[in-house]
Amino acid sequence: MSETFVVTEHLNGEFQDITFEMLGKAKSLGGNVTAVVFGSMKDKASELGAADAVISVGGSDDYNPEEYAAALKSLLNEKNPDLVLVGSTSMGMDIATPVGTALDIPVIAYCQAIEASDGGYTCTSQLYGGKMDVESKVSSPAIVMVSSGAFDGESGRVSGSPSVEDFSAEYGAGKVRFKALLSPEAADVDITQSNILVAIGRGIGSKDDVEVAEELAKALKADVAGTRPLIDAGWLPKSRQVGKSGLKVKPKVYIALGISGAPEHIEGMKDSSTIIAINTDKNAPIFDIAHYGMTEDLFDVVEDLMDEL
Amino acid sequence: MKVIVPLKLVPDLVEDLEVDGSGKALDKEDLKFKLNEFDDHALEEAIQLKENNGAEVVAIAIDGEGVDKLLFTALAKGADKSIKITGADPKDSHQLAKIFAEALKNEGFDLVLTGVQSVDDRDGQLGPILATYLEVPVVSVVSGLAVSGNVITLHKEYSGGFMAEYEVDSPAVLGIQAARQTPRYTPVSKIRQIQETATIESVDAGDAGVGSGSEVSKMAPPAKGKGAKMLGSAEELLAVLKEVGAL
Repeated sequence: MSETFVVTEHLNGEFQDITFEMLGKAKSLGGNVTAVVFGSMKDKASELGAADAVISVGGSDDYNPEEYAAALKSLLNEKNPDLVLVGSTSMGMDIATPVGTALDIPVIAYCQAIEASDGGYTCTSQLYGGKMDVESKVSSPAIVMVSSGAFDGESGRVSGSPSVEDFSAEYGAGKVRFKALLSPEAADVDITQSNILVAIGRGIGSKDDVEVAEELAKALKADVAGTRPLIDAGWLPKSRQVGKSGLKVKPKVYIALGISGAPEHIEGMKDSSTIIAINTDKNAPIFDIAHYGMTEDLFDVVEDLMDEL
Repeated sequence: MKVIVPLKLVPDLVEDLEVDGSGKALDKEDLKFKLNEFDDHALEEAIQLKENNGAEVVAIAIDGEGVDKLLFTALAKGADKSIKITGADPKDSHQLAKIFAEALKNEGFDLVLTGVQSVDDRDGQLGPILATYLEVPVVSVVSGLAVSGNVITLHKEYSGGFMAEYEVDSPAVLGIQAARQTPRYTPVSKIRQIQETATIESVDAGDAGVGSGSEVSKMAPPAKGKGAKMLGSAEELLAVLKEVGAL
């Protein structure tokens, strides 16, 4: 019977959504499912009912890239599971490839689909900003990095009483030291609570043109949000960032102006009730998830719309 | 402190991407390449370190079309040295990392700043693999760092706007998400000027290793879902906004 390990992820003592998404997927693949937990998270093993077993590798409660990678490496070296699921996340990025590379186990990143195929797995990665689906065949053992939101978390969010085993792991040389967890800065507007969002991407072109979005937002009683590059450029505050390293939003209406729809952005807004995308690139991935689309120049559209309002 | 920045050209996603005859790779015919945007942030952060703390910045890339211009641009931006690795054609992130690792073992380094990810790193991101080959610690998704002696204090980003502060002993590899300021723009005239005076060092590629241990079996644009209902005018958009309760 195949053995799948799910490397759980937690923050502030809570398992993160990706944990349950991976557990649900692991369960659907069949075989035995083991959840690997860190720090004192074994105390919450009852939340991991989708797993048949839980292995605690201990270590600090606060995520430490060096320590968690060393612990996982020592565990996999001894247990040799067929498949290891790790989040394609900030944490997963630090540990999946170092462990895979050190143990000579292949790693596939950004996976949106995983199927068992003879003697291994077929994984589909979303690459090139979401413009290509790339299928890889890999023989087991394999480490697969699972994209956030790729799988439904509900089937993995089951309470139960899996067996709990303590594993005496290695923790590395102490070259990386956790100092502090920093909570998000207080914001003037909490975009996760907004009813309507006018979100802007690189297509907006310049800092001065952010005004165009602000005017539209005002007319619609909406708030303004944006993609990572705009926040990095300082055009909008960090508290307005939607996506992988920003916030997850699900407003009633999400109006995407000049947003191509990179996977990192889509992860943060795909659950919006209605998505309206305006982008001149008709092949932009945003149109695959939008309910309504326009390929006209966003400034023309907004100007025409403002005239109508 | 000697800071190395590996640079990589990736397909420009503004162009239409096509799959070639094999069905497993991009058609390179009409592909345009540009610097991986996160590598640009890594380079900027390295130059910031140089300007604020004093550091030697070395840009390094694998030879190919457009790489000379890339490396001269790095010099024009403020890198002290550019190195071109010749005779290599890495097929994935593992081989790319192995080739860089071999070159860096000879070159020496205190810190390697890579872009956190790129649009084609199917078998994992460069930074963590490179760190494993170099046997040094790695932290990914870094925005903001400070150096004091051989200790680097940095911020690593999580989802939901959370960040964590870590201390890392150098030598180390850091995957840069964002530089402390927007990567600088260099006018073409300045790059031309550098081309007249500066030289790019060349080194032969070492062993590329066996790669990631997995192969691409198929590449295709994502299957189109129902897709968006396309609207032709502001009036139609207005009607939709009313229908969904935005007005």
